[in-house]
Amino acid sequence: MSEPDITLYRLHACPFCERVVRALDAHGLEYRSRFVEPLHGDRDVVKRISGKRTVPAIVDENTGVTMSESANIVDYVERTYGGEGA
Amino acid sequence: MDLGFEVVSLDPADPPAEGEVAPDFTRPLVNDEFWEDVSLSELTDEGPVLLVFHPMAGSFPATYIWQELCERDLGDLLTVVGLTASDPYAQKRLIEARDMPYRLFADPANGVAREWGIEHDLDGMTGISEPRIATFLLDGERVVRDAWVAEEWPEFPPYDDVEAAVRDLVD
Repeated sequence: MSEPDITLYRLHACPFCERVVRALDAHGLEYRSRFVEPLHGDRDVVKRISGKRTVPAIVDENTGVTMSESANIVDYVERTYGGEGA
Repeated sequence: MDLGFEVVSLDPADPPAEGEVAPDFTRPLVNDEFWEDVSLSELTDEGPVLLVFHPMAGSFPATYIWQELCERDLGDLLTVVGLTASDPYAQKRLIEARDMPYRLFADPANGVAREWGIEHDLDGMTGISEPRIATFLLDGERVVRDAWVAEEWPEFPPYDDVEAAVRDLVD
């Protein structure tokens, strides 16, 4: 498998995370999913990359962007990859 | 083990033989912080791998096997990974309980063990199967260099032999 540029930190069954997945899928973007724990306190990996323990969080190595909050991420995905052939 | 009575013998298994290329698979690979889909070939691309099939997380053999393998500290020599028919949450608990330096694949539907010919249907747990206890030492081409599969239930890996095979391969 080639390494996708985008890594999505997500929680199993988290609707905010699924919202981001829909946005990524809508633009045909490849991404790697990393599933973390329901307990905030057990999410040091997310805090290390984004400064917060909330999910979803994405890291896009294509642009160097790291971001939390599903609405922000969806906006970002639209802005960055929304245009045809962007 | 000498228990003074006959231990249950398992029917012959049909695992990948030494010299064969082991079947590839992709499953969630669990570490102490998260899990993500990883294929066996991604691991072997980086060097030799010791793949340890173990009983479900929470069982006493899983505890004993990982206790022994953690004490042997093989992680500096090669990649050591486990696999069983437990979900990723249970595998993560096992890693945390042992403070394990190794990662564990989660395969609750037990498809990998089935494909590798080492499936073990559990008597009295209808609908649940797990892998037989087994160890496979794979080189960077995913070729099986050493294989051991339990013939009794339970039977534990010959740890000294496994470690010797690891050292032979990487030294």
